[in-house]
Amino acid sequence: MGRNYFTILTVLSVTLLPILSLSFSTDSPNRSSPLSPPRRLLADDPKLALQRYGQYLYDGLILFSPSIERFGGALDLADVLDFVDSGHDLIIAADSSSSDLIKSVATECGVDFDEDPSALVIDHKSYAVAETEGDHTLIAADDFIESDVLLGKKKIEAPVLFKGIAHSLNAANTLVLKVLSASPLAYSANPNSKLSSPPSLTGSSISLVSVVQARNNARIMITGSLDMFSNRFLRSSVQKAGSSRKYDKSGNEQFVTELSKWVFHVRGHLKAVNLRHNKAGETDEPAMYRIKDDLVFSVEIYEWSGKSWEPYVANDVQVQLYMMSPYVLKTLSNDKKGLYHTSFKVPDVYGVFQFKVEYHRLGYTSLSLFKQIPVRPFRHNEYERFITAAFPYYGASFTMMAGFFLFSFVYLYHK
Amino acid sequence: MAVTKTEPINGSTTKSSAPPLPSMPLKSDLLSILSLKSLRLKTKQQELLIRVSILCLVYVLAFITRLFSVLRYESMIHEFDPYFNYRTTLFLTQKGFYEFWNWFDSESWYPLGRIIGGTLYPGLMVTAAMMYWGLRFLRFAVHIREVCVLTAPFFASNTTLVAYFFGKEIWDTGAGLVAAVLIAICPGYISRSVAGSYDNEGVAIFALLLTFYLFVKAVNTGSLAWGLASAFGYFYMVSAWGGYVFIINLIPLYVLALLITGRYSMRLYVAYNCMYVLGMLLAMQIRFVGFQHVQSGEHMAAMGVFFLMQVFYFLDWVKHLLNDKKLFEAFLRITVTCAVGVGAIALGVGTASGYISPWSGRFYSLLDPTYAKDHIPIIASVSEHQPTAWSSFMFDFHILLFLFPAGLYFCFKRLSDATIFIVMYGLTSMYFAGVMVRLILVATPAVCLISAIAVSATIKNLTMLLRTKSKVSQTGSTKGTGGGKTSSKAMLDQSQPFQRNGAIALLFGAFYLLSRYAIHCTWVTSEAYSSPSIVLAARGAHGNRVIFDDYREAYYWLRQNTPPDAKVMSWWDYGYQITAMGNRTVIVDNNTWNNTHIATVGRAMSSYEDEAYEIMRSLDVDYVLVVFGGVTGYSSDDINKFLWMVRIGGGVFPVIKEPDYLVNGEYRVDKGAAPKMLNCLMYKLSYYRFGELMTEYGKPPGYDRARGVEIGNKDIKLEHLEEAFTTSNWIVRIYKVKPPNNRW
Repeated sequence: MGRNYFTILTVLSVTLLPILSLSFSTDSPNRSSPLSPPRRLLADDPKLALQRYGQYLYDGLILFSPSIERFGGALDLADVLDFVDSGHDLIIAADSSSSDLIKSVATECGVDFDEDPSALVIDHKSYAVAETEGDHTLIAADDFIESDVLLGKKKIEAPVLFKGIAHSLNAANTLVLKVLSASPLAYSANPNSKLSSPPSLTGSSISLVSVVQARNNARIMITGSLDMFSNRFLRSSVQKAGSSRKYDKSGNEQFVTELSKWVFHVRGHLKAVNLRHNKAGETDEPAMYRIKDDLVFSVEIYEWSGKSWEPYVANDVQVQLYMMSPYVLKTLSNDKKGLYHTSFKVPDVYGVFQFKVEYHRLGYTSLSLFKQIPVRPFRHNEYERFITAAFPYYGASFTMMAGFFLFSFVYLYHK
Repeated sequence: MAVTKTEPINGSTTKSSAPPLPSMPLKSDLLSILSLKSLRLKTKQQELLIRVSILCLVYVLAFITRLFSVLRYESMIHEFDPYFNYRTTLFLTQKGFYEFWNWFDSESWYPLGRIIGGTLYPGLMVTAAMMYWGLRFLRFAVHIREVCVLTAPFFASNTTLVAYFFGKEIWDTGAGLVAAVLIAICPGYISRSVAGSYDNEGVAIFALLLTFYLFVKAVNTGSLAWGLASAFGYFYMVSAWGGYVFIINLIPLYVLALLITGRYSMRLYVAYNCMYVLGMLLAMQIRFVGFQHVQSGEHMAAMGVFFLMQVFYFLDWVKHLLNDKKLFEAFLRITVTCAVGVGAIALGVGTASGYISPWSGRFYSLLDPTYAKDHIPIIASVSEHQPTAWSSFMFDFHILLFLFPAGLYFCFKRLSDATIFIVMYGLTSMYFAGVMVRLILVATPAVCLISAIAVSATIKNLTMLLRTKSKVSQTGSTKGTGGGKTSSKAMLDQSQPFQRNGAIALLFGAFYLLSRYAIHCTWVTSEAYSSPSIVLAARGAHGNRVIFDDYREAYYWLRQNTPPDAKVMSWWDYGYQITAMGNRTVIVDNNTWNNTHIATVGRAMSSYEDEAYEIMRSLDVDYVLVVFGGVTGYSSDDINKFLWMVRIGGGVFPVIKEPDYLVNGEYRVDKGAAPKMLNCLMYKLSYYRFGELMTEYGKPPGYDRARGVEIGNKDIKLEHLEEAFTTSNWIVRIYKVKPPNNRW
């Protein structure tokens, strides 16, 4: 079935836009077989379905159909969200004609599009210089998030052309990130009418492109501009207003390619394997530790490079020995080959502990590893047998015994 | 078999009864000689025979009267604590003693764990395991559960024997026999020793009475051997039950009373010193008790009396040496002042430096019944720690309640070291029984013994009256009577005309009362004390018996359907059962050693769902189990226990306030309930989807049958939990804690 291939379903709007072709060559980290070509289906295709017989047919979903009110087939909002919640990736592009359906998908993912349906992002400062002095809704945005993992190592020089609607991040959602934000002077309003009241979304609280990495590491990208992906924008030259430098090619292609690599787990994907612990000097993993045992803890972490698993090298991976609060917190040292290890002493507290590796870094898959391990107190025969402090008592008892013997002897045989 | 043919009931017929024909056919002459010989029993022997057969019958009676629950239900462990005892016994028989001794249990009190080996009284488990191994050795292929179920009845039978000997020691054999019968069926004791009630008390009452008996024997004889035996009895008691504190305080109190009343004797000195020193050393071998005998305030009385005894002995010796009375009195004054002063200073320094721990809450609540209510809600919350109602005294003692003062009267009439002991035991234990319901159990043996004295002495006096009459009127044939105390009664006033009739009437009255007692005991045992409480029974509309086996259904569901390392949160009452039957880790259980942990659970149950979710996440809770009686009308469910959760939670976390859950001081669950009550986790979990359910004809949906009201919040939505399992009668409801929202 489709699970053997890394498949992407692109759902297009009726106004067929040329879509970006993603350049995947080999398998993705959590998928074992080569990529099958993306399927493109119309959003109102009556055969539209994400799963068959309980199995998902696709690993990624791109919704380039902003105006669709109802999907074809049996697909609905809950199905799309279930798709994400079972660990699959999603790209949503909206624009000024966005339907409630698309907006509610976005809302469920933690971003809120501007409620005014006619509003666009307007920026009178960092708009893209065009042939005609327009309404400044074509924006040349260059306020990227600073992350090599999300946007690739190569810096994106040219600004990204953006024409579309604004969204803001839901403050209650801790997982959503602004990848491309608007400049501080941007605002969201209807360009064709006079502003009667202050715009609801202004400045850098406006996000142009956002991503979410869900708790199950499913990745979602949300943008308010479908045009951003269009060939016209990809190939267009760009000059930011007020800047003398003119780029032959906008940053769009590099930006969307790199970001979709991240979304589809080609980059920034970590895996942790072989979580092991044992007593110092032993190799087997015990079922239980004793207090004050010396133990060795190790875990291997690898990063997907796009082709193969490479050792992940970092000096900030930490392990906790945790029971309601961390009793031991140690940074793991690594051997540059992916093996992270450390050794420490079990604290003088018994209980059910957990080895916990919580590694959350921007852009990377979050690693949350737990391993439960009980720690027992000393057994009755593990205490020190003879203690110095007790010597007076030992002495007392032995002199007592001797005295008793002598006394009995004297008493019995002395006339 | 020939021996058991006991024609001589009366004792006077032996001599006159015609022996079988002396000229029997030769083929069976040996047999005939044997039976002939056996029939020519001496009065003493006959009496022994009767006594032994009565005791055998009582022994069997004590056992079989406790089997109602096995016959009604099945051979199963009852209630809450016995499940823990059963689980540990199972572990002991499977893994051996050393593993048991060192057992660290990571399945309870998650994530703290519990050192089982160091926090239990192993006497019960070791006893059951020994019996199990013994039976196995004799090739009886029994299951350990059967042994555990029958341990308590077996020990109850043994207790009757001890009661007999004790009664014999303090009064006479007649009193002993009556005591054995009374205690065999006394409901106060049966309540804790029916088959399946595999709890510490089952063996502890035996051990308690044995220790007292051996100690009194030691005091009476002044024998070191009896003292030693009582030390071992004490050791067994310490190993079996925390109630040993009663012994270690009662015996010094008794000794003190004897000292004050001038009954100091060498016998007492030997008995107490031997019992105390050896008993203390032996008790220290129990890990759970450890050094408490020298470090805890509750045991200091015994130590003080021990030193006082030495002072007494010393004074005695000095008195013996000094002939000058004046000099001795001066010396006495100085010595006593010094001794008391030194003792007080030692106690003060020990307490101030923390070497001697102060009294525990339970001990305080015994001395001051209101203490627990104000300070330790966790003790006050247990139903068996409530002050006793009059009705339960009547229920558990029946006629013994009236015989007890009569017995005390007889004891005071014939004061001896032994009767002083039983009087003190009776009075103190009666006081404690009044403070706490469960301590009726401790009072029961004393009440039975003292009542037995009353019964035995009365009946003996009455029969004596009849006999002397008949003796006068009939031939002056010699006859032996039970106690051989006829001589003292020889000068009975025989001039009363209606005395004989009165005696007969009184005798009939006594037998009537005793038979009522037997009927009452059987009825109580059958109706009240033989319910396993894990399986509930009710009468159906047509008088048929309806069984609610929801608890086991839920626990087996947990066992079969949840991951092996799942953590289950419930109120602590169900902790032992979940670990024993569901085999899952629990957050808190009936061993209420960590108040904070219990308070955390109480707080979670009484918070709003989202706050509770945070707490449950921090404790890694996977499932929440609540007990709900709204459908069946089962009243001891979690909603009725809920105020205790609030109190215990609020005791540690002041954000939980009891008035928030009450309306004008009233606890309600209907529309008029407090808003916090209607939205707290416990309410939501109990009443989730209950609003749709029609429980009783003619009532609106969502009618709670346990509380007789229509619930106030019928539209309950759960955000962080989902219903995982509800038993067929809704008694147990299990919810799964959802993982955090994936995209938020």
